[in-house]
Amino acid sequence: MSFLSIQDLTVQLKNGMPLLRHVSLDVAPGEVRALVGESGAGKSMIGKAVLGILPKAARLTGGKILLDGEDLQTLSQKARRQRIGARAALIPQDPLTALNPSRRVGPQITDRLVDILGWKRPDAEKRALELLEEVHIQSPDRVMKAYPHELSGGMRQRILIASAFAAEPKLIIADEPTTALDVTVQKQILKLIREMQQRHGTALLFVTHDLGVVSKIAQSLTVLYAGKVIEETTVKDFFAAPSHAYSKALLAATPKYTDPQGSLTPVPESVITAVEAEVAAFDEQARAGTRP
Amino acid sequence: MQIVRALLTRLITTLITLFGAAIIVFVVIRVVPGNPIAMMLPPGASEADIDRLKALYGLDKGIFEQFVIWISNVVQGDFGTSITLRQPVYDLVIGRLPATLELSVMALLIAVVIGGAAALTATLYRGSKVEGGIDVAGGIALSLPDFLWGLALILLFGVLWPLFHISGRISPSLGFEFSTNFYLFEALARFRFDVVLDLMGHMLMPALALAIPLAAIILQLLKQSLKECMHDDYITLARTKGYAESSIILRDALPNAILPTLTLIGVQFTFLIGGTVIIERLFSYEGLGNMAIDAVINRDLPLIQGIVLIFALLFTMVNLVVDMAYAALNPRLRHA
Ligand SMILES: Nc1ncnc2c1ncn2[C@@H]1O[C@H](COP(=O)(O)OP(=O)(O)OP(=O)(O)O)[C@@H](O)[C@H]1O
Ligand SMILES: [Mg+2]
Repeated sequence: MSFLSIQDLTVQLKNGMPLLRHVSLDVAPGEVRALVGESGAGKSMIGKAVLGILPKAARLTGGKILLDGEDLQTLSQKARRQRIGARAALIPQDPLTALNPSRRVGPQITDRLVDILGWKRPDAEKRALELLEEVHIQSPDRVMKAYPHELSGGMRQRILIASAFAAEPKLIIADEPTTALDVTVQKQILKLIREMQQRHGTALLFVTHDLGVVSKIAQSLTVLYAGKVIEETTVKDFFAAPSHAYSKALLAATPKYTDPQGSLTPVPESVITAVEAEVAAFDEQARAGTRP
Repeated sequence: MQIVRALLTRLITTLITLFGAAIIVFVVIRVVPGNPIAMMLPPGASEADIDRLKALYGLDKGIFEQFVIWISNVVQGDFGTSITLRQPVYDLVIGRLPATLELSVMALLIAVVIGGAAALTATLYRGSKVEGGIDVAGGIALSLPDFLWGLALILLFGVLWPLFHISGRISPSLGFEFSTNFYLFEALARFRFDVVLDLMGHMLMPALALAIPLAAIILQLLKQSLKECMHDDYITLARTKGYAESSIILRDALPNAILPTLTLIGVQFTFLIGGTVIIERLFSYEGLGNMAIDAVINRDLPLIQGIVLIFALLFTMVNLVVDMAYAALNPRLRHA
């Protein structure tokens, strides 16, 4: 039974322009699913839809999001927010902007526990200290009292990871959690997220456009193009032999591990034309209601 | 150590500012036409009488000498004697200051509460009719200056629908004996709520007149800053944590949005204190401003100088308080 189940999800701009086209994907407890695709494919949009933070211009116009079997759309806005806050968490992309600059770090880790989940403050603080140790932060006491601007980007991302795991969520969505960091720090953070996810048995939806990262962290992956699922498979099968022509081209366009400086083939024009045609045909079917 | 140094710098700049203000007012009121002696003597007074009076007030000396005498007296706490009221300027000014302070602070409180609440409400309901309505109200509030609001309020709540007193600070019939000139403060401290009510009945309209334009300015700037903050990542993160929009605005957005508004309030509050001059006149409110107008009409040089100095001191104090509040609210400055 998946903890997160997205079924036939459609998100459109107010003017009707589709951003997500009948997207379905599942993440089981303990599973890491990578969500890949080019910039603008709608990867972040899926995460935002699940977490109830779609931009004002976008609307959820079809499909279901089940969190632990519960259809989020049937809840009131208030209940939905609370449910999401209790069961899911976000590791954001940019640690420099995701912490409130005028609040100390400690309360930003404990606030959800105290305000949403009703913990006693001393318990929440004890938990925060444990978490900071878990994400390998030295002298957590001091860090709890610090303001974000006193800490490095890597430190702040560790804090955001600790904060995401604080309430033992069953699902974490990480939206390109390392792209804003230095290359050396990227590796550490990636390792840390993997380590935390395994220890806590969390379902993880890992958004990235970097296929190199996928093989290191995920078991399954979903390839997205123009808001449509192009391929849905296991990481093993994908790297052995991607089934879709677009996926093949995407893989060819990724620097090889073994040869990071090696020549890259950009996704060929013909493949783009083909996948565009596929999306158009898909839209046509959806409109006619003949899609199975 | 750093704090001591900052305070010392601050003290020195304050003194320089006050000294500059003293020079300017001293020169300006002696350069503009009209002199106090002519006001005091009946028409046709003899040259000798005029000279005698001039000598009495030291006006026969050169302007530079006059200034040196005055400033050295001021440094010793002697602000001279009012020519028209024949009382020490210091006593007159200190006697009236509390009335003006109470009025200004009341106006500021009203402006901050109304402007702040409007900005927060508009942010909570952004994009809806509520925000539109608040914007329209803000525009109207800004379309008139404070003294015209004063006139409008007098017409509305003094004449058409006489809810409030339109003149004075307190009803003489009350017969209440104050031991300070902070009437409102004292009445509150002594739990005389009947007196408080009467004082408020006098103060509310002039305070509102001063507050309405300031409230609109606070609304506009704070709303703008809040709106920008609402797109920040930490706001989005707070939403995923399960917080309601209203608590996010208050707890996450407001502290980050408030600093520009705070600076603006500081500047605008000094304007507001300046605005009390006309408003006090309009409502016959016995404060410094009202006394200043009489002093100017009568060319009461020592009194004008005393009042201007106290205003200058007030302005620098306001700026000091704003800077301190700014440092207290901004963690990045606190550690710098
Ligand atoms: N606030 C918004 N208003 C209108 N359109 C938006 C908004 N945010 C995103 N979009 C559009 O939605 C589509 C999907 O955006 P999304 O951010 O999900 O892309 P992404 O796959 O995460 O890309 P990236 O790798 O650059 O983060 C894009 O075409 C983008 O232009
Ligand atoms: Mg994205």
